[in-house]
Formats: sequence, structure tokens, C-alpha cells
Amino acid sequence: MAAVKETVRTVEALDVDKYAHGFVTSIEQEFAPKGLDADTVRFISAKKNEPQWMLDWRLEAFERWLAMDEPDWAKLSYPRINYQDLYYYAAPKQEGDGPKSLDEVDPDLLATYAKLGIPLREQEVLAGVVGAPRIAVDAVFDSVSVATTFKAELSKVGVIFMPISEALREHPELVRKYLGTVVPVSDNYFACLNSAVFSDGSFVYIPPGVRCPMELSTYFRINAQNTGQFERTLIIADKGSYCSYLEGCTAPMRDENQLHAAVVELVALEDAEIKYSTVQNWYPGDKDGKGGIYNFVTKRADCREARAKVSWTQVETGSAITWKYPSCILRGDDSSGEFYSIAITNGRQQADTGTKMIHLGKNTRSRIISKGISAGRSSNTYRGLVSSHRNAIGARNFTQCDSLLIGKECGAHTVPYVEARNAHSVFEHEATTTRLSDDQLFYCQSRGLSAEEAVALLVNGFVREVLQELPMEFAVEAQKLVAVSLEGSVG
Amino acid sequence: MLNIQNLHVAIGEKEILKGLTLDVPAGEVHAIMGPNGAGKSTLSYTLAGRGGYEVTAGTATLNGEDLFDLSADQRAAKGVFLSFQYPLEIPGVPAITFLRTALNAQRKARGEAEMGAPEFLKKVRAAATNLKMDFDMLKRGLNVGFSGGEKKRMEILQMAMLEPHLLILDETDSGLDIDALRIVAEGVNAMRAPNRSMLVITHYQRLLDYIKPDRVHVLAGGRIIASGGPDLAHQLEREGYDRLVAEAA
Repeated sequence: MAAVKETVRTVEALDVDKYAHGFVTSIEQEFAPKGLDADTVRFISAKKNEPQWMLDWRLEAFERWLAMDEPDWAKLSYPRINYQDLYYYAAPKQEGDGPKSLDEVDPDLLATYAKLGIPLREQEVLAGVVGAPRIAVDAVFDSVSVATTFKAELSKVGVIFMPISEALREHPELVRKYLGTVVPVSDNYFACLNSAVFSDGSFVYIPPGVRCPMELSTYFRINAQNTGQFERTLIIADKGSYCSYLEGCTAPMRDENQLHAAVVELVALEDAEIKYSTVQNWYPGDKDGKGGIYNFVTKRADCREARAKVSWTQVETGSAITWKYPSCILRGDDSSGEFYSIAITNGRQQADTGTKMIHLGKNTRSRIISKGISAGRSSNTYRGLVSSHRNAIGARNFTQCDSLLIGKECGAHTVPYVEARNAHSVFEHEATTTRLSDDQLFYCQSRGLSAEEAVALLVNGFVREVLQELPMEFAVEAQKLVAVSLEGSVG
Repeated sequence: MLNIQNLHVAIGEKEILKGLTLDVPAGEVHAIMGPNGAGKSTLSYTLAGRGGYEVTAGTATLNGEDLFDLSADQRAAKGVFLSFQYPLEIPGVPAITFLRTALNAQRKARGEAEMGAPEFLKKVRAAATNLKMDFDMLKRGLNVGFSGGEKKRMEILQMAMLEPHLLILDETDSGLDIDALRIVAEGVNAMRAPNRSMLVITHYQRLLDYIKPDRVHVLAGGRIIASGGPDLAHQLEREGYDRLVAEAA
């Protein structure tokens, strides 16, 4: 028992305050007036020079949002959010139309991304500076995109990768055709709020038959105080195309909670494949549960045509509250969806996360591998739905939910929903809950590993199946993050 | 090498070891035999540094250094190795990763440079071949789905890689058929060296036909009640523990 006690102590002593990305960038910013009304929506739309139809779309969302209630079915408890006490738009101040190249970007901003290890300078990436992965990055700082790399190179093969605010001006027909078709405006409370006030995010279009030549990635940074971040990402993979996309997020340490309500829509057409990975490391709050990000996110993919394939991989280590269910609508015949998840909660963090696999087409397949790890006094819930509709003959799902508990004051919950509306579906569900055993810890220690190294090794073994799904450049990072978020010092 | 003086160990309120004294000089192999509940496993866990075993009196030193001042991982770095009666399964961690992590953790603790991949692989391949282990097995999760015999071989493989000074074999023969027993014993015998001592803990004399001890001790009621040469093991096999235990009482 002593070994476990020791681990529990280590984890308890864990300095959540050691959060590595908790610094604040001191920069002059421009805000929308505090609070939310139709004028706030107009302000944001005007800031982005949006077409009238977009403003109308937002205003309609706002009207609907007013009539909705905040959902309370998740296993989460937090004080009511005062939506009038937030800023809905914050952007680094700039002259005129904004920077034309990185040289015009505020050096403080560049320093911020350098500090976070995000490669923004293509020439450095191309020159192979200290192992910088060859990826295209869209960097979103509070409500605006500050830089997008490799745009030119990508456009040579017809790939569009740009901030969604820019796409609204340059490719309005594409945005209009797909926006809100996967997550409808009033899908849920937070998605509806996002539809009204979303500020920036990434837009990706992969033309038919194109295999995107590099990883695409968006890096979200919340900086400003009392400011919500409402990004919107839309990715369309046209027939026979492929892309792999990664999203990363961090925020400063602040005493008050900050709201993050994002919407991500993926559309995969015939034979297209999208691989979407998230490494979520928002500030989790301190060890007493003070501060931290409220992360209410709606992510959904539509496998709209035959043989489309979408794979979600998420590593969730941050946020005070996580409410997130990346889902797949398997509409096309023979389409498939995958969900690989590692959710780690520590301190006072609460996570209610999982997926929905909606089988509509024939012979659709889905696979869910969820690994939840709870430590400290945290609560970790897997909530998932697998359903097959009347015509989804031959639908197949395999679900595996494993929970690992570290210590005695944390909780793990698994809430699977299964609905089969035809007699020709095969669903398999496996679930395990284990406590990190003191026998295993002692075994590792008797071979020379310190208590911290032993925990890191055991936990990395537990999540290995999912880590393998991440693009290689990020798997190593994620592995470190797993150890750090449980220990504070192991890495 | 290993010197234990008047060792008292309790688990919770219950005293298990009650004044155990033992001296194992460098290069010697000592067998500890005894009936169930004598405190054999308590002795091996206490020496290896498992939590929950409270040393209430006495000392144990390895080459003059007090073991009880050190955590389990520090003891490992000083050369203590316990071969488990029931080796643990570590899902998702390939045996080879585990071995390399452990080896380099020990080297780091001793202030030595980490062993590079080529040297490590060469060494581990050679060790696996000696133990007639399929190298592919090392790529699977440590001990996951291994048979009893495979797990024991894996323990000996770890021992060969970590090159400890004090080897504690806790019921290494349990769960082994005769062929596996021979392979494991050969592996252990190959490690005999002038600067290395072994404590072989076992119920039965059988293992001692393969690993020849220099001394045999009988542990009962938390103390060593008899010591002797290899013949003592044969005597125990014939007569059982009862007479010795009765005499000691």
C-alpha cells in the first residue's frame, strides 16, 4: 500500500501550477464591449468584413440561443456562467488591414509562439531548424488568426488552408455551402452560441483526389482576460482526397474561469479520408480548482458519401471542465468512423467526454478506443452513443473503454448508450476499470525506476494503443504531456 | 556482502520476522528453506524495499551500506535484484522498453552514462539466446499472456541485463516444468561470480539439485533455526520441517 500512498502523495503534491504554458503575453488588444447582445454579433461580423448573409446567419443563431437553456445532463458541476460578464472579441491591435507577412506581425506575438514551440517561420521549418516538423500552421490568438504558414505551397496543389474569416471573403461559396451542415445552428446551446459569435478558426478544403502533402495544424491560444474563445473550424475533403489535421491549445494561468466554446465540422465526401488529432492542454486551474478553462466543444464529422472515412484522435489533459463528444455521422454506405481518446484528469478537473457514432448507411463501421485516467480529486466520465438506423444493415461497432484510477479520491464513470434499430447490426462493447496497482509500481521500482518514472511508464503503457494513432511528430510530445500532467516533473 | 542482524519486521500489527540474523559472504549461494508462513517472502520483500513491511528492529547492510536507508529503486541501483515468485504484467509496455528503461534508470542513479541502443540490443539478444527465448516475445507487453515458465525466464533475463550484486530468487522453481527449470537454473548458475551473492528461497530441495548452494538455512517462526551445508536440504526433504521446528521451540 505504501507505494500507492507514495504515488497518491506525489500526485497530490503535484503542482498543477507548474503548467508550462501559463504565461501571459502583454500586448495591446482591442475588445468588443463586454457582454452579449445583437450589437456584439454585429460588431464581430463588421470586424471581419463579412457578407450580409453571414451576419444574418449569426443573428438568427443569436435569436435561437436566447431561447435555449444551458444543458445540465453531463456529470459536471460548475457555477452558472454569466454570459454578460465576458468579452466576445479580443484581438491584438493592428494598423490597417493587418500584417501582410510575418515581418509585420507584432514581435511580442511571434515571441509568444516561439515560447510555445510553434513553428511560424516557413524558412526555419524548411531549413530543418531543430527538428521542426514540416507542418502548416494557422495560429489563432484569442479571436483572430495571426499567421498561417505554407499557404502558397499548399495552394499549388489546390489545398485551401486559411483562417475562416479570410475564407468567408475569398471563398464565400464554399463556406456557405458547407457551414452549419454538420453541426446545425441550433444543434446545442454552446454550438448555437458559437454560431452567433464565432471569431476565427481554420478553413480547409482539399480538392478531389488530392492527398494533402503535409500535416495541417491550428494552434489556439487564449490570452486576454475574461474573454471567451469561440473558434470555428470547417474542413472539407472532396472525393478521394486525404488530409491529416492537428489542433493544439494552451492558455495562461488565470484565477477566473475562461470560456471556450468551439465548433468543428468535418465533411468527407466519396472515398475521402480525414484524420483529425487534438492535443488539448488548456490551463486546468490550480490544485484547489481555482481558474481554468471551461471547454464546451462540439465536434462532428459527416461521412457524407460512400467509403468516406474519419478518424478522431484526442489527447485531453487540460481544462477545468471538458464537455466534448467528437462524433461521426456515417451516412455514406461503407463509410467508417474512428475515435481514439486519452482523457486525463487531475487536481479538481472534470471531464465528460466521449463520442457518437451514428450509423445511417449500409455496412458502416466504427471503432471506439477510450482511455480515461483519473488522479487527484478529479472526475472522468466517458459518455458515448452508438446507434444504427433502420437502413444501416451490416453496421458494425467495436467499443473499448478503459479507465485507470490513481489514488482514492478520484472518480471514473462510463456511460455507454447503444441503440440498434435493425437486426443486422453487430455492436461489441468492452470496458475495464483498474486502479494503478501498488504491485506493478513496486515491480517497476525494484528494477530501478523511481516512483514517478514507474507511474509514467505504466500510464504510457495504458494509453499506448491511442498514442500510436497520433501523427508521429506529436506522439512523442503527447507521451511527454501524459507524464507531465500526472506528475508535474516527470518528462 | 549481505549482512542481516537481528531483523524484526511487522506487517501492520503482526510481527513476521522475529530476530533474523544471516550473513552471506561475497560469491556464495545461500538457500533459505522453510514451511509456509515462515516469513520467506517477507524477508525477500523487506530486502527489496517493498512498502508495508515495517522494520521494527535490526539492520541489513549490503557491502557495508544500510539498505533500509534506501528506497526500492535506490537499492536496485546498488545491485539488489528480486526475482518475483509471481512476476507482474505490464500491459502496453514492451519487455524490451521496460528493460532498457530500468537499465538506464539504474545507470543514471549510479552516475553512469546511458547505454546506447546498439550495445543494448546486442546484449539483450545474447541474453535471450542463452535463455532460449524468442526475441519477438520481448516486443510484446511485459509478461502479458506469458506462461509461468516464460515469466520466470523473463525474470532471469532481466537479472542478466541488470547484473546485480545480490540476487534474491523467491520461489523461482514454482510453476516450472523440468525443462524450464533446467534452463532457468543454467541462467542463474551462469551469473555466479566472486562479487555476487545469491539468496535462493524455496520450499523444495528440487531447485537445489540445479543451483548448488554453499549454505542452507531453515527459516521458521520468523528466525533462522538451523544452518548447515547442502546436506541439510536433503535431510529436510526426507524428514520434513516438523522435527526441526519442534526442536527449535
